[in-house]
Amino acid sequence: MRASLFITCYNDTLFPETGRAVVALLERLGVALDFHPQQTCCGQMHANTGFHPEAISLAQRFVRLYQDAEAIVIPSSSCVAMIREQYAGLFEELGDTGLRQACAALLPRVFELSEFLIDKLGVDDVGAYFPHRVTYHASCHGLRALALGDRPGRLLAKVRGLDLVPLANLDRCCGFGGTFAVKNGEVSSAMLAEKLRDVTATGAEYCTALDNSCLMHLGGALHRQFAGMKTIHLAEILASTETLRAEARS
Amino acid sequence: MNAAAAPHPVLDPAHAPPFPVAALPVLRNPQLRKNVAHAIDVIQAKRARLVEEKTDWQALRSAAAAIRAHALENLGAYLELFEARCTAAGGQVHWASDAAEARQIVLDLLRQENAAEVIKIKSMTSAEIQLNPFLESAGIEVFETDLAEIILQLGEDEPSHIVVPALHVNRSQVREIFARRMGIENLSDNPQALTAAARNYLREKFLRIPTAIGGANFLIAETGSVAVVESEGNGRMCLTLPRTLITLAGIEKILPRYQDLEVMLQVLARSATGERMNPYTSLWTGVRAGDGPERFHVVLLDNGRSRILARKNERQTLRCIRCAACMNACPVYRQTGGHAYGSVYPGPIGAILTPQLMQMRHAQSLPYASSLCGACFEVCPVKINIPEVLIDLRAVVTDQERLRIKRLFDPMYLGLRVAALVFSRAWLFHAAQRMARIGLRPFTKKDGWIHALPSIGAEWTQTRDLRGLPKQTFHAWWASRGKGVARENR
Repeated sequence: MRASLFITCYNDTLFPETGRAVVALLERLGVALDFHPQQTCCGQMHANTGFHPEAISLAQRFVRLYQDAEAIVIPSSSCVAMIREQYAGLFEELGDTGLRQACAALLPRVFELSEFLIDKLGVDDVGAYFPHRVTYHASCHGLRALALGDRPGRLLAKVRGLDLVPLANLDRCCGFGGTFAVKNGEVSSAMLAEKLRDVTATGAEYCTALDNSCLMHLGGALHRQFAGMKTIHLAEILASTETLRAEARS
Repeated sequence: MNAAAAPHPVLDPAHAPPFPVAALPVLRNPQLRKNVAHAIDVIQAKRARLVEEKTDWQALRSAAAAIRAHALENLGAYLELFEARCTAAGGQVHWASDAAEARQIVLDLLRQENAAEVIKIKSMTSAEIQLNPFLESAGIEVFETDLAEIILQLGEDEPSHIVVPALHVNRSQVREIFARRMGIENLSDNPQALTAAARNYLREKFLRIPTAIGGANFLIAETGSVAVVESEGNGRMCLTLPRTLITLAGIEKILPRYQDLEVMLQVLARSATGERMNPYTSLWTGVRAGDGPERFHVVLLDNGRSRILARKNERQTLRCIRCAACMNACPVYRQTGGHAYGSVYPGPIGAILTPQLMQMRHAQSLPYASSLCGACFEVCPVKINIPEVLIDLRAVVTDQERLRIKRLFDPMYLGLRVAALVFSRAWLFHAAQRMARIGLRPFTKKDGWIHALPSIGAEWTQTRDLRGLPKQTFHAWWASRGKGVARENR
């Protein structure tokens, strides 16, 4: 099995450890990976803030770079949602039927990480070991746009040593919303405050998700408050094994 | 009397402060936030139970969306049919292109009746055109009869929700308003005592005042009938007791056939109040001698609706049946309540409807008052893709912004334009990452985290830290890995 990685702009810049974890995980499962050095951004921030022409050119760029890929793995549910839900409309706005067709042909090969593991590779036990109390935050895009359903739960259930604590009000937004967190900083913070009450009430050591954008939001507040809880992308939990942990200790 | 003489109430989108500014006092008001969260938790839980028991809920939603979409696609024909059937049954139909015209039609009708007083059924459309202050400045006394509307009218307050307009007021506050304005000593705050006080206040008005103004949930083209659904029975009183009834309705309220009510009444009651069926459903067609009002007028209001109808993707906004499920589900509304939206239509539907009714000249902060979480779309009984319309409206705002000089001083605008350029070439992106790492170094503390940023960054760091940029990006790690010098760098 071959797959191309799309490590989106903020993951490349702010959370390189997530991309490295995806590499470790998928190579362990026998997937041959390539990474296109020309990749930058899916255009979500521009599309969602109303900068359509800018978003269109980034969408074009993505389709051009990946049109020959066998499978594309993206460890960010909101970027996958952008590609699935908005690209077709943007190309229609542009009036380019060729691009629309190329995009439609590409979409079935675009996978969010948990989709790739469960739907494409057919595994839920990836041989991971993570002896911690963990709660899972279902990001809105993963929950609604991608309808990931029980995929993250199935993956987490098979991680050895992991104690999964359910999070109350799982379907409620953490208040990030991209530029919303800055344009409506106070409202976003109020939403975050309510979410943090549910997250900290779990008593978990780690809060995990399939989207680093939510985790950057939650993690930034947990750090500010000395809350004693860390955020971690699900890929990093799944990449973690007993051998790797022993090596890290020695 | 001209429109300009009408005073501006608080919820006038043309004069309301931007959403983030209007939201601030609410965010600092624990009582208000508790009232709002408690009220919507109760409604949400009821709705969730009733939707779950309905095994064909998704099919019902699809049917409701299809009925509304079909009505809108053929709106002109159905409106003409409604007019013909309503007129044939003895009603009189008036057409108003905007708020000022609608107000004037209603005032002229009231003057024909020599009415100095009028009773009213709760109507968001009347609030949209600011009818009450207009009529009052023309010397006509208006009495709201819906319990929540009485609370707001007597408390000199504004609606914060389209189904439960006084949702932000709790019962001890209601007790205080009633005791003060109705002059009742020793009024208890138990619900029975409060509703009894309202009943006493209302009964006398129902029996005395022969003229009523109401809205409509649906206009049925096939029969020329009007439908109003409500929970308290005050509407039924207003529709049956008076000699003259004036109904004000937006032109989008059309349903093609009587039978369409089968679907619409099911989805509306479950979505709005979490009931299998709403307590009072009133349907009437024109006038009938010796039964109900002798004179019946329908004022059909456009006020920007045909402009929305003309836009292919935004048209879905007009499918709305005002159930308010979107605001009950909205995590933003949950924190801010309704007044921050500066319009009688708050919440997600207000965020798309208000700016469009204002022809995108006012209320431009509203399309941004959402984290695009999608909870509104998930619950909408007529499947309005609110996030999609929000994004479209953001594009309209941005395209207006591109032509303005002040954009050159807006860090968000400039940032996004620069980012678009940076993302257009990988080498530029990588150079920008290096520059960002250097630029953020002075703000990064010894623990590797950023606690305070300038400019719009401060909007983030007011409540959240930001981890400083790691030394090595993913693509740099990947490149070094290829050369056999990969290093874990955690």
